[in-house]
Amino acid sequence: MTEIIWGLGTSHVPSIGAAMDNEKAQDEYWKPLFDGYAPAREWMAENTPDVAVIIYNDHANALGLEMIPTFAIGTDDHFNVADEGYGPRKVPNVRGHAEMSEHILVQLVNDGFDMTVCQELDVDHGLTVPLSVYCPEPGEQWPCQVIPILVNVLQYPQPTAQRCLALGEALGRAIRSFPGDLKVAVFGTGGMSHQLSGARAGLINEKFDREFLRDIKENPERLAALTREDYIREAGSEGLEMIMWLIMRGAIGDDIERVHETYHVPASNTAAALTLFAPVTAS
Amino acid sequence: MTSTTPIVEGTYVYDIVQSKRGRPLNRLCLSLKESANRDQFVDDENAYCDRFGLDDDLKKAVLERDWVQMLDLGGSIFYIIKLAAIDKKSMQDLGGIFTGMTTEDFIAELRAGGRSFD
Repeated sequence: MTEIIWGLGTSHVPSIGAAMDNEKAQDEYWKPLFDGYAPAREWMAENTPDVAVIIYNDHANALGLEMIPTFAIGTDDHFNVADEGYGPRKVPNVRGHAEMSEHILVQLVNDGFDMTVCQELDVDHGLTVPLSVYCPEPGEQWPCQVIPILVNVLQYPQPTAQRCLALGEALGRAIRSFPGDLKVAVFGTGGMSHQLSGARAGLINEKFDREFLRDIKENPERLAALTREDYIREAGSEGLEMIMWLIMRGAIGDDIERVHETYHVPASNTAAALTLFAPVTAS
Repeated sequence: MTSTTPIVEGTYVYDIVQSKRGRPLNRLCLSLKESANRDQFVDDENAYCDRFGLDDDLKKAVLERDWVQMLDLGGSIFYIIKLAAIDKKSMQDLGGIFTGMTTEDFIAELRAGGRSFD
C-alpha cells in the first residue's frame, strides 16, 4: 500500500531560496540556519519519497484577488516555476502526479472537503523553497513528483486551524488508499512567527514558536483549538501560516517520532524552523 | 472591516472590505510581475495609475510612495512589495518604514531576536 514515510514542517521564506540560489548559504548570516537543516537533509536524502504532497500558500503569483480558494489542489502533471517579478527561480520546473492528485481530490471531496481544482498552476516560493530545503542541489530534475495543496492564509476568513487538522487527517487517508506501493512525504510549510506590515512589523515570538514546535508533535489538538485571532496576535499576521503545518500533522498521524528539529531567528523578517517526523513503524 | 474580522493592534488583518478598497492598487501591483509593464510604469507612472483606475487617494499614495497609506487604503503587503521591488526596496526597507526605523536598525532588531509585543 502507499505509505507516508515522513512529514516535514518548514518555513518557506523567499530569502532562504535566494540565499541558496545566490550561493550565500555559507555566509555568516545564513550559515546557522543551513547548519541546522543538515541532519534532516542527510536523513531525508536516505529516505527518498516518490511523491511529495506540499501544503503551501501562493503569494500573489499564481492566484490573484479575483478568486480566493480556501483549499485547492493542483491536478496537472507539470507546474512551472512562477516569475514573481524578478524572473523565475533558477530551479527545475515541477513534475506532478496527475493520477494520485485526482485520487486525493476525489477522496477529499467524498470525505466532505470540497477542494478547488487548479488544472493549471505556476508554483511560487511557497512551494519551491521547501523543495530546496529538502533537496538543495536537484540538478536537472527534482527527485520526486509533487502534488500542490494550496491554503488561503492571506485574506480573512482563512480556514480555522481545526479545519486544517481535519483536512490533514482526510489527506492521510486519501494518500494511503492510493493503489500501489508508492512512498509519499507530506510538507507543511510557512511560519514561524512573523509580521511584515503595520506597527508590529518585525514581530517574533519565540515562546509561542517553541510551544508550537513542541505541540505540533505532542498536542496538535491544542494548536487546532487556537483561533485565527490567537495566531495573528501571538505569531503575527503572516505567522498564521503555521496552520498549514497542522495539515501535515493530521496526515502523518499520531504514531510518530521526531527525527530532527531546528529553530533560527532571523531569516530576513521571519523566525524560521524545521521539524521532521517519521512514523515509528518505519524502518 | 466586517464585524467578525479580528482586530489586533498594530496589525492589518486583511479581509474582503480591505481587498475591495485596494483592488485597483493591487491589480496595478500584480501587473508589475511582467517586465514590459514595469517599463511602462516607470515611463509614465501617472498614466499607468489611470489605466488601472486608481482614485486620487490611491494614486497619490503610489506617486509619493506613501507605503503606510497604501496599506491603509487596502493594499496588500504581498502586492505592494512588487511596487517596492521597482524602487529596489526590500521587505526590510518597508519594515523600517512601517516602524519608523532605519532599515539598518530594523535589521539589527531582527538579528537581536525580533520585536516583542507581550
